[in-house]
Amino acid sequence: MRHRSLLILTSVLATGALTLTACGSRSDDSKKGGSDSSGGSKTTVVIGVDAPLTGANSATGLGIQYGVQIAVDDANAKNLVPGVTFKIKPLDDKAQPATGQTNATALVQEKDVIATVGPLNSGVAQSMQQVFESAKMVEISPSNTNPALTQGKDWATGTKTRPFTTYFRTATTDANQGNFAADYAVNTLKKKSAFVVDDKQTYGAGLAGIFQGKFKELGGQVAGTDHVNTGDTDFSALVTKIKNSHADMVYYGGQYDESELVTKQLKAAGVHIPLMGGDGMYSDTYIKTAGQAAEGDLATSVGVPVETLPAAKTFIDTYKSKGYPGDYGTYGGYSYDAATAIIKAVKTVMDANGGKLPSDARAKLVDAVQKTDFDGIAGHVAFDQYGDTTNKQLTVYQVKGGKWTAVKTGVYNG
Amino acid sequence: MHTLPQQLANGLFLGSMYGLIAIGYTMVYGIVQLINFAHGEIYMTGAFGALAIYTNLPSSLSIWAALPLMLIGGALVSVVIAVGAERLAYRPLRNAPRLAPLITAIGLSLALQQAVFNWYPDAKSGKRFPQLPGGPFHIGSVDVQSGDLFLLGAAVICMLALGIFVRSSRTGRAMQATAQDPDTAKLMGVDTNRIIIIAFAIGGFFAAVAGLASGLKYGQIQYNMGFQAGLKAFTAAVLGGIGNIYGAMLGGLVLGIAEACATAYIANVPGMEQFGGGAWAQVWAFVLLIVVLLVRPQGLLGERVADRA
Repeated sequence: MRHRSLLILTSVLATGALTLTACGSRSDDSKKGGSDSSGGSKTTVVIGVDAPLTGANSATGLGIQYGVQIAVDDANAKNLVPGVTFKIKPLDDKAQPATGQTNATALVQEKDVIATVGPLNSGVAQSMQQVFESAKMVEISPSNTNPALTQGKDWATGTKTRPFTTYFRTATTDANQGNFAADYAVNTLKKKSAFVVDDKQTYGAGLAGIFQGKFKELGGQVAGTDHVNTGDTDFSALVTKIKNSHADMVYYGGQYDESELVTKQLKAAGVHIPLMGGDGMYSDTYIKTAGQAAEGDLATSVGVPVETLPAAKTFIDTYKSKGYPGDYGTYGGYSYDAATAIIKAVKTVMDANGGKLPSDARAKLVDAVQKTDFDGIAGHVAFDQYGDTTNKQLTVYQVKGGKWTAVKTGVYNG
Repeated sequence: MHTLPQQLANGLFLGSMYGLIAIGYTMVYGIVQLINFAHGEIYMTGAFGALAIYTNLPSSLSIWAALPLMLIGGALVSVVIAVGAERLAYRPLRNAPRLAPLITAIGLSLALQQAVFNWYPDAKSGKRFPQLPGGPFHIGSVDVQSGDLFLLGAAVICMLALGIFVRSSRTGRAMQATAQDPDTAKLMGVDTNRIIIIAFAIGGFFAAVAGLASGLKYGQIQYNMGFQAGLKAFTAAVLGGIGNIYGAMLGGLVLGIAEACATAYIANVPGMEQFGGGAWAQVWAFVLLIVVLLVRPQGLLGERVADRA
């Protein structure tokens, strides 16, 4: 008798824990869903969003969610596509490939979802691409930068083949970003010896590898390399190694969650050399956490600084006035443009079908998105034959006075 | 190899943290043969409890004045949760098959993590934690941060106090008796329920100290920080001989130093370049655990083979 009641207690606890887990990822999202459709006869078209919305990387992930939200609200307010009300369906991938794939499957199965914006992480994208390809559903990532996603695994040797026709991105690749960073480090900062660290993820390891290759090619020396695990907090052994290597800079391929702690522990140990990274660590959270230690650190990011774009001013004002969480600075503008590309493509598809949404709208959308050509808030939006953006602008930012300040904007050529 | 002193110090600080958490695993196991997998979360709630106190204190108060209050707050949260878990979740299962309390512990761990995730304000990503000013201090060729000093000092004081308590006090001797044979101890007039609660409370207090020290050292705490730390601490407890409090501390130190040295030196061994670095540190820590358990199945300081596990 006693045992039975205990078993019940255990199962209640376990069920409770599981229920809590399930609620956790959705509780916030449902509150701030799309604006209600007021016109009764309007068709509702849903744009899926997949990004890390809680935990690691969530500051930039939320920037994606609300970037899309604002694009959708604008389209509805301006009645961009007559007869259609757009909504978003944000899902949290927790920066984990397995969760990303589950989300992709869920989005594909919901028939109102026409296309998806996301994910944030290249590693997550890898696990989602096939799902969207099978469903003939467009996926536009505002932030994935690993070259293999669009150009195939042999991109480095020059044989580029596009693996998935439904995958597009508005961010340029790490082949450009890593080289741009190495060029800046050697030719502008006059750095001679770099210690290269990455987080073993698709994005981080890829970017660090490209940087390292170019840095050596330009005459720099690699003082040492190391890898960390995502979620680690103690980097004291790594810091001692860096200190002992006498490198004059650290390059970090990965996200802000780890690099902010690396730089903090590095400076605390008296190693005052700049840490440089990619778009994954270009986030205000990096400076907030690292504080004084972040001063002088550098990050490259995709596109031009969103604050300098006149077209993005309204976007930033809206983001701030609505009090949305997260960092819009990194991918917000690109997310807005990615969503707008989908919205415009929906219009093209409907116009070709006499103003109605065709039954195979998802498949038709792939062609329409491929032909995208408009000026977005973060620059010109168009895709090449691999699904990559034709906008190859990159910017180097440096932390000055507790703020990311753009120090060089340009295009990497050769 | 001239970085060796620094790497040993790095390992020592990391290991002290593992050791402090491992005490909770080992005391509870020693007395009720339960592996309390929710202990990592008790460490986490201790850190959040300390942070909650700090955020509600007037900002004019210096961190040094706030520190004792944070410790009391964190310890209170951890001890209440640890004792509450014992009273509500584990005690009803005390005579149940061994798997039932184990599963309960895992469920409790998930529940605590999600509770903090959902209800602690803005805990969905990392929370910033105040750090101690001052430092780094240079001792020979070794750099030490003020957070590290706090951690080491706390670990030494806690360990000495616990040693004296267990050896000399009446309650401590009752604990040893209960660990040896709970039924006989009961016949001799020991209130075993009280002893078990004290074991959970001490474990919770040590976890709170570790949680506070971790926040001060890294300047950041997260709702899921207890999982990995708990796993490492459990490993440390097994490495040192589960059930033995000195073993837990020793196991923690060995584990921490092994991780630091693996990060730094494995790559220098000819032919082992690709197995070195921070990414492999945990692998080497577990290789060490396996080797130790092969040679000494009872752990470094374990006195007897775990006959009831």
